[in-house]
Amino acid sequence: MIKVNNIQKSFDGTLVLNGITTSFEKGKTNLIIGQSGSGKTVFVKCLLGLITPDEGTISYNGKIYSELTPDEQRDLRQEMGMVFQGSALFDSMTVEGNIMFPLEMFTKQSKSEMQDRVDFVLKRVNLLDANHKFPSEISGGMQKRVAIGRAIVMNPKYLFCDEPNSGLDPKTAILIDNLIHEITEEYDITTVINTHDMNSVMEIGEKIIFLKDGVKEWEGTNKEIFKTDNEAITNFVYSSELFKKVRQMYIEERN
Amino acid sequence: MNYISSIGSYAIMIREVFKKPTKWRIMKALILKEIDELIFGSVGILIFISFFIGGVVAIQTALNITNDLIPKNLVGFATRQSIILEFAPTFCSIIMAGKVGSYITSSIGTMRVTEQIDALEVMGVNALNYLVFPKIIALLLYPFLIAIAMNVGIFGGWVAGVFGGFSTSADFVEGLQLDFIPFHVEYAFIKTLVFAFILATIPSFHGFYMKGGALEVGKAATTSFVWTSVVIIILNYILTQLLLG
Repeated sequence: MIKVNNIQKSFDGTLVLNGITTSFEKGKTNLIIGQSGSGKTVFVKCLLGLITPDEGTISYNGKIYSELTPDEQRDLRQEMGMVFQGSALFDSMTVEGNIMFPLEMFTKQSKSEMQDRVDFVLKRVNLLDANHKFPSEISGGMQKRVAIGRAIVMNPKYLFCDEPNSGLDPKTAILIDNLIHEITEEYDITTVINTHDMNSVMEIGEKIIFLKDGVKEWEGTNKEIFKTDNEAITNFVYSSELFKKVRQMYIEERN
Repeated sequence: MNYISSIGSYAIMIREVFKKPTKWRIMKALILKEIDELIFGSVGILIFISFFIGGVVAIQTALNITNDLIPKNLVGFATRQSIILEFAPTFCSIIMAGKVGSYITSSIGTMRVTEQIDALEVMGVNALNYLVFPKIIALLLYPFLIAIAMNVGIFGGWVAGVFGGFSTSADFVEGLQLDFIPFHVEYAFIKTLVFAFILATIPSFHGFYMKGGALEVGKAATTSFVWTSVVIIILNYILTQLLLG
């Protein structure tokens, strides 16, 4: 479980995150949503320890990150997996090399043990045919699946995804969403996804945090998002005509 | 103030490079890859440039000997001294700042832009050790490149001097052997080792701490070339004063 307590972060005098307090539960798919510039990426980078908040604390299973020594922080990071917006795969390595990288760096497994684990992960993310290809030779959706594979190969306790389906077609985006959701349940991981994709919100958002101008404006589930009267989130989620109609239908059905 | 802050950041970077080393099995492969790219990849260009610069030094020296009292072996002597003392260690390092330096800055800078460095850090890898340390070790072989440059440069001088009709082979070789001070070669290699460290670290610094996108990667490569050259020229002066002054 991740607990965030009143974190603040500013850059050059501009407050980007302002007093955010929340928690992310184990085995659930947690979503951070908000408009571009609302502080989502900074928030996720704070959770990852890539950015240090000016105030407030973040704790992982009771361990407060800022109170750990640099070595303990590095050890904790090895329990985290991250899927970056642009996948961030290592260009010089094949798909297999990318997934094997954390195993080579941090485990004492033999080559065959590592290969078995990589094959298992490749099968899990449906990429068995692409293991000897380089990132530049595969599609955006496949790159995302490699990034997910690399993030889960070490059995992480925490999985962070920064806009995992940006730039993907709707069908592939749903596949990626479902894959992350299944992996979260299967391995009992605390997953935090930063997105502004409304399909993800409706499909996999077990807990949703809505950020507006660096402030937590709303918190709830994808079921509750239909019922909320919060104007800011309603304007954000139902900005498209399609979702306005879906909501109208839901309300009519309920009445 | 900005410069002081950059010098401080550079010093912190150097400290971090030697902290929490990467597994030897992985590091060994990285070092071999860097030797291939940084050292073997530069042999051709340095041989090409050294040969012609050696030739030009010989021709210009010969053309400036207008007094009959000046011995003809001066062509070989001046070529040897210019190549060993300055051209091979310093001029080649400036060329390397352009070739190897921009490669290092742009490759690390691209990794920064595409979040590959963030990915390393999130995994708990010491990204500076992983990326910069193999380059420092690979460039420890840089003096071998400079030794090749010295030999080829002198050979270029001999070819230009003898076949251009500016000197006889005997005069040129006599000049090469005249008043030879072995410490001059040591001095050249000491400079080369210092420059090798600069060539590995300053471009890495500019790549690692760059911000922005593809355009900024290009700008960082240019800035890195300028600063690497400036530092090499300043250190060349300081080392010459300390070792020969």
